[in-house]
Amino acid sequence: MGSSVAWAKRNSVFLWVAAVAIAFFIAVPPVQFVNALTLGAIYALIALGYTMVYGIVELINFAHGDVFMLGTFVSLSILIDVIGVTGPITNPIQLILMLVLILAVTMALMGAVGFLIEKLAYRPLRNAPKLAPLITAIGVSFILQNVVQLWKGPYKTTFPQFFPMDAALMLGNVRIGLINILVIVVALILMVALQLFITRSKTGRAMRATALDPTAAALMGVNIDATISRTFVIGAAIAGAGSVMFGLYLGITDFSIGFLAGLKAFTAAVVGGIGNTLGAALGAFTIGFTEVGATVAGFSRWKDAIVFILLVAFLTFRPNGILGSDSSDRA
Amino acid sequence: MREYLLRHRSLDIVIKLIGVAIVLPLLAATPIFGAFQPFNGWLTGFANAAIFVMLAIGLNIVVGKAGLLDLGFAAFFAIGAYTYAFGASAYSGNDIPFWLMLPIGAIVTAIFGVAIGAPTLRLRGDYLAIVTLGFGEIIPNVLLNSDKYTLGTNGISGLNRPELPIIGVFKSNEPWPWFILAVVLIGVIMIAADRISFSRIGRAWEAIREDELAAASNGINTVTFKLLAFAIGASTAGIAGAFLASKLSFVSPDQFKFSVSVTVLSMLVLGGIGNLWGAAIGAFLLYFVQSILLKQLNEGFKGVPVLGEIDFLQLQYLLFGLALVIMMLRRPGGLFPERRAARHRVGTAKE
Amino acid sequence: MTKKQPVLELKGVGRTFGGLVAVNSVDLEVAAGSITSIIGPNGAGKTTLFNVISGIYAPTKGNITLSGALLATPDHKTEREAFLWGAFAIAGIVIGAIAGLAIDAPAGLAGVGAIVSSGAILLAAVSRPAWYVRVCARLGIQRSARPNDVVFLGIARTFQNIRLFKEMSALENVMVGTHARTDVGLFDALLDTRRFRRTEKESESQALTLLQAVGLEDQANVAAKNLAYGDQRRLEVARALASTPKLLLLDEPAAGMNPAETAQMIELIKSIRDKFGVTVLLIEHDMRVVMGISEKIAVLDHGEKIAEGTPAEIRSNPRVIEAYLGRGAASGA
Repeated sequence: MGSSVAWAKRNSVFLWVAAVAIAFFIAVPPVQFVNALTLGAIYALIALGYTMVYGIVELINFAHGDVFMLGTFVSLSILIDVIGVTGPITNPIQLILMLVLILAVTMALMGAVGFLIEKLAYRPLRNAPKLAPLITAIGVSFILQNVVQLWKGPYKTTFPQFFPMDAALMLGNVRIGLINILVIVVALILMVALQLFITRSKTGRAMRATALDPTAAALMGVNIDATISRTFVIGAAIAGAGSVMFGLYLGITDFSIGFLAGLKAFTAAVVGGIGNTLGAALGAFTIGFTEVGATVAGFSRWKDAIVFILLVAFLTFRPNGILGSDSSDRA
Repeated sequence: MREYLLRHRSLDIVIKLIGVAIVLPLLAATPIFGAFQPFNGWLTGFANAAIFVMLAIGLNIVVGKAGLLDLGFAAFFAIGAYTYAFGASAYSGNDIPFWLMLPIGAIVTAIFGVAIGAPTLRLRGDYLAIVTLGFGEIIPNVLLNSDKYTLGTNGISGLNRPELPIIGVFKSNEPWPWFILAVVLIGVIMIAADRISFSRIGRAWEAIREDELAAASNGINTVTFKLLAFAIGASTAGIAGAFLASKLSFVSPDQFKFSVSVTVLSMLVLGGIGNLWGAAIGAFLLYFVQSILLKQLNEGFKGVPVLGEIDFLQLQYLLFGLALVIMMLRRPGGLFPERRAARHRVGTAKE
Repeated sequence: MTKKQPVLELKGVGRTFGGLVAVNSVDLEVAAGSITSIIGPNGAGKTTLFNVISGIYAPTKGNITLSGALLATPDHKTEREAFLWGAFAIAGIVIGAIAGLAIDAPAGLAGVGAIVSSGAILLAAVSRPAWYVRVCARLGIQRSARPNDVVFLGIARTFQNIRLFKEMSALENVMVGTHARTDVGLFDALLDTRRFRRTEKESESQALTLLQAVGLEDQANVAAKNLAYGDQRRLEVARALASTPKLLLLDEPAAGMNPAETAQMIELIKSIRDKFGVTVLLIEHDMRVVMGISEKIAVLDHGEKIAEGTPAEIRSNPRVIEAYLGRGAASGA
């Protein structure tokens, strides 16, 4: 009895993934399964920014969800005003070029926004009492929301869907939209790239070292300021990719999406294990499945509340998330 | 005199509030103020500002004294208001008098304060903030979606008004009773907040805020005291909610969005976290910046090239955001930082 | 003459963090009114041991008794607590349903009953009032005392890296120390009752007395962060004494002090033991302090007690020398 519990604990990740996936396969039409994966992929792209920043400076970047929202508007502006996209692009080569272009530009711009936010609003407060950067983060979040509201108005804005939404693959008699495949593939590519970056590159090592012990890292010659800055930049850039995917997939955006999307992406990061990039991905897919599952079960009005309950439950019973250890602190 | 007032702080508060209650209407009657809006408009505005003053004082206890960053304070405000709606309206069929609804609302909201605070007990600052943020979102959401009981987005109207022997029922076009009631409520809340702060409870909160482990290691049951902070802060919002509900005679989920939580937090940050009068003044000032100054800027800049295009009212949250960031960077203590010098000195304890 | 019961008894106490065994099966008896030191090289587990005694961690094995009463023990059968909660919830549902029958709304009141009773029991589970702990003990559920319980039972401590309440004055810091011994409720404070005023006055004067005892009465209104280092350490001792403890745990009280301050600290520790009758258990690296005031010394190394005895015995114990200085030193010079 004891040893199987221990085995279950050691392999909890795979059990978790398997359990959720199986539950889904059984309970839900395949098309919803694909939707859940797609939603999860988008959440993952946002969650990565939260988890990376928290891992390195132990700060919840409240403004991150609004950076994602800003990304949707920035990319749609570039598409409409600069490039002049109107409808779906059918030529595959042109399509791919456009995707690469808009992803690269948005990611670069959002990375720059991340850099500025860290430099202007967070870095001066790095040694301030913990309340200060939290309040500043809220301030930045509000600033972003209202700047966008002033720029593009408070109404829902359509995102130019230059990706053909009706293109699909048929797996047996299941219709899988190419857009879904695109979103999932882009997310996977970025996650893998990030993981490789963190494990193999010099900056990645610096990030991991700083997350574990900033003093020791500094003593080893790591430039802490630059490392933290780069973490913010990368997190924001990946969120920018999420913005483009969101825009293409849902076709619509408004200034207020950042708040809820951010909250859920943060929940994903916590569920998977904060500070852990694989955890962020895992948590994000869990949240995606939870939301779609709730909708399918008829509780779509309550899906936000359900995700939030998940957050509270994890923070209460398993604050280190699925991939985290079972540590306890009694004080 | 100063020594005497320092020792009799409650009296000090009463005197200051009476002063305010006399000065404000006098100011409102002057031509300068009359240029902005009529006298009655000012009086009503004062009463409305008072709601935010109450909220700010309540949030000051949670954030300023106990150090718990609550980003969803509007949830308590909503609970207080809807409790009133369920207790004293034609819709609910209940007719509990306003004066009884005040303590009832306070207690109900306090219970929710404990319920919402409980999951946050073992969480560090950031996590606590985000959980309270979540509650601040979810509770109005629940109120919106439970339209079988709460009439959802339409809200509940026709709420009862307070009634006094000689004056009769309070009316919306007679601002004086509301004004006086507001001042009295603020007085009660301020005295209560002040007395709790200058006691073993207040010291325990400060100890928790400074160093939770050391506080526990000195005998403080951090669980009970954190929950107490939530309960008391929430009860203040409950009172404010009852006042709002009866004054507008209407409640709806839209009145309790996240922007309300942030507004109250901004008022606190501006006025001075941890300082009772700072919170009150910050709330008062910011309310009028919001309701008067921004409108005036719109009027003033009409026709002016770039500035005339801007809708300053819409801008207000942008300005709040900027204010929050700038205050944290430049003057985190607020306009009136918590004055350590006026703390418990030797000889403060009365015989 | 029977041996007086030791104030503190550790039996096989161990504390493991994941894979790391910080403390491994330590036995110790601390006699009432004595001054005992725990020494050992860095990383020996001394502060972890203190943390277990003061309730910050529960021991993973062994137990600790304070004047014969169980203080700390590994968490035992805590899963049974869930059954207790379930029982309360069900009781709430049943009572609610019965009451509901009277007013013809059994389901609604049953729901209300469930929520109220679950809420109440979970609240109790989280704040752990005395009655709840008793009920749990009846069910065989044991949990170690938490830090604030430990203070109530009579143990106070200082910290290795000074954890004063920096923005509060010296006086206020010590007044916080009296927290466990004062019982003033919300309503007393709100209504400014005579009882409230009396306890505030008592706290204040007790705090002043303690500040005098450590020589800080002139700085009563100074913020703790503005005090000199040596004064801060003495303030922490005063704060610890404010809860009138039976046992005082001092974690490196002389760390970072120059010889003059160290001598003062030695005198201070002796005088508070004589004046207040507390038993003192201290961790120290400074051998002047250790040899100067200890009646008994226990030596830890790698989480285990490797020696125990009077200062003279310890000074010449080869195992101790080896632990501090390495193998060559013990056999040779």
